[in-house]
Amino acid sequence: MDTSRSPMEPSGFSKKIAAFIIIVYTVVTLIPITWIVLTGFKSVDSAVSYPPEVIFEPSLEGYVNLFTARTRQSEEYLDSLPPPETWYEELVRSKDMVITGPSKFFSRYLNSMIIGFGATFLSIFLGTLAAYAFSRFKVPLKDDLMFFILSTRMFPPIAVAVPIFIMYRKLGLGDTHIGMIILYTVVNLSLAVWLLKGFMDEIPKEYEEAAMIDGYTRFQAFFKIVLPQATTGIAATAIFCMIFSWNEYAFAVLLTQFNAQTAPPFIPTIIGEGGIDWPAIAAGTTLFLLPVMIFTVVLRKHLLRGITFGAVRK
Amino acid sequence: MATIKIENLQKSFADFTAVKNSNLTIHNKEFFVLLGPSGCGKTTTLRMIAGLELPTSGKIYLDQDEVSLLRASERDIAFVFQLFALYPHMNVKNNLAFPLKMQKYSRTEIKERVMEAAKLLRIDNILDAKISSLAGGDRQRVALGRALVRRPKAFLMDEPLGTLDSEFRELMCLELRKLHDDIDATTVYVTHDQQEAMSMADRIAVMNEGEILQADAPSVIYNKPKSKFVASFIGSPAMNFIPFNQAVQKNQTEINIEGVKIKIPNQHENSAGQENFLGIRPENLKLVSNGGISGKVFGIEYLGSRKIVTIDTSFGKIKVRIDSNVNLDIEENVQFTPSNNNQIIFDGKTDKSLISDFLS
Ligand SMILES: Nc1ncnc2c1ncn2[C@@H]1O[C@H](COP(=O)(O)OP(=O)(O)O)[C@@H](O)[C@H]1O
Ligand SMILES: [Mg+2]
Repeated sequence: MDTSRSPMEPSGFSKKIAAFIIIVYTVVTLIPITWIVLTGFKSVDSAVSYPPEVIFEPSLEGYVNLFTARTRQSEEYLDSLPPPETWYEELVRSKDMVITGPSKFFSRYLNSMIIGFGATFLSIFLGTLAAYAFSRFKVPLKDDLMFFILSTRMFPPIAVAVPIFIMYRKLGLGDTHIGMIILYTVVNLSLAVWLLKGFMDEIPKEYEEAAMIDGYTRFQAFFKIVLPQATTGIAATAIFCMIFSWNEYAFAVLLTQFNAQTAPPFIPTIIGEGGIDWPAIAAGTTLFLLPVMIFTVVLRKHLLRGITFGAVRK
Repeated sequence: MATIKIENLQKSFADFTAVKNSNLTIHNKEFFVLLGPSGCGKTTTLRMIAGLELPTSGKIYLDQDEVSLLRASERDIAFVFQLFALYPHMNVKNNLAFPLKMQKYSRTEIKERVMEAAKLLRIDNILDAKISSLAGGDRQRVALGRALVRRPKAFLMDEPLGTLDSEFRELMCLELRKLHDDIDATTVYVTHDQQEAMSMADRIAVMNEGEILQADAPSVIYNKPKSKFVASFIGSPAMNFIPFNQAVQKNQTEINIEGVKIKIPNQHENSAGQENFLGIRPENLKLVSNGGISGKVFGIEYLGSRKIVTIDTSFGKIKVRIDSNVNLDIEENVQFTPSNNNQIIFDGKTDKSLISDFLS
């Protein structure tokens, strides 16, 4: 018998089974994502060919189509034009088209960035202060207030879509960045307050008290002592808030059309000539996945520790 | 350094009173220990002196100034917490410098003071270490260092040795006391460990259930406790309490226990009731061949040159300290009697000790 491992540790065999299950699961979940990334590099024709092409000649047509607006032109007209100056003009010309300007994708992407990061920042800012107050001070009706905050998440947010739609129209918040930031913050805030309160409770109040005895005000103690120790919790909470705000679709469809439209409602509307432009959609989706992935990878170190809710003491 | 005075200090949490009507004066340069069982209000008292908790009523003075309602940051007091509360995201050096950074010292001055404190506590070799990598004793020293860099008016310490193992605790007791003397500090030290208190304090205040029962020098607390609680809390092995059913009168010099006459110091007051106790420490009892209170040997503990004999009597177990070379067997019949006239009578009704020639 192998006595080198502790009896609490899984055996080599069960470790192998676990690894196998994880690998299978990873492959299954990665297939659609891989397919999307690959489709982004196909030409319009090979994207819809049947049977599906796994090996194909890569093309940047999807990305070019994603970022440009184009019109089809007659051959005589194309011949009359000076030769294309850039590789992407050349690519478009080869399809008998010319570029008429940039597409709306970039501005929609930027909207997503502004609204996603804006809502995340605001949720964390308000959530941290509220969580700290709930954690440290005698707040009248504390438990009821905490329950009330949680209760705002007991129905799907979209259930209140119609009242919010009317409210936003009256207030002039429809199709504005600030309107969407407020909306996503409201939805995120209950989760943020609850998560962050858990983390704040874990930080002994003696740390701030030590700082206050050493001459710092409570506010300074909060910034210099509490916040640095809450980074794990803040990072974990920020990821949850960011993922929600970044991916939200239903409210974005309902409340934004032009000015503040985010990427999720925009991407499916990318229509090519005589059909859906799958490579462009796939390219848009790929680019759309990147920020959350980068954000998560950057904060990953905190995330793992964070979602175990401080169960593992630092 | 400073004098700390508290007057009629009281603290209630909702309908629970944690500290009741406390009065104390802690002198300049004194090492003052607040001693009592867990939950008796020691920490609460200390936190009120520090300004981390505001009193429900009563006053606190630092030297001449009333500070009862001042913020902690305005009192110029240092506090060493039970769990040290060292900032885990800073290294040792920055932990030590943190209190100084608030006070607009120049960089060089901060550096000098940190080095000075670090040398004093012998932690100058770990200034760049992370807090999480430190052993208990080093954490203890860093916590002390953080308290003393600022040269505050007074040091408040809440069971600072509680988390250290016993061997190390004794060493730190000595170091702490030496440090106190070296820097002419005024220290208020909280502990539930009577041995720690006895070994360090200039004066001890014994607390129970939110009340300060007695504040005196260790020898006075030990020899002349003013109440049965203080007598029972101090000393190891503890004082013996022999119950007897007899009212004590003024000028009485003898009581009767199990038909045996026992001499007591001349009493100055009457007891409130019939049920009273004779308090006598194990070292003030001796074994006699006849004329003493009888019992059976129950157990024997060897302590080197002495041993403690536990004797089973009709009124409970009694401990007697005797020379190691006296031979005794378990179950042996013995008799014991006071070896001097330092006994104290505790009033069974009030729990207080009665005033006498010995205890005034
Ligand atoms: N913030 C508080 N709220 C309610 N009760 C408290 C609070 N702080 C202390 N207490 C109570 O006051 C009593 C004294 O506590 P404490 O001063 O910490 O005792 P000690 O330090 O002597 O062990 C305890 O019974 C404790 O439960
Ligand atoms: Mg305590």
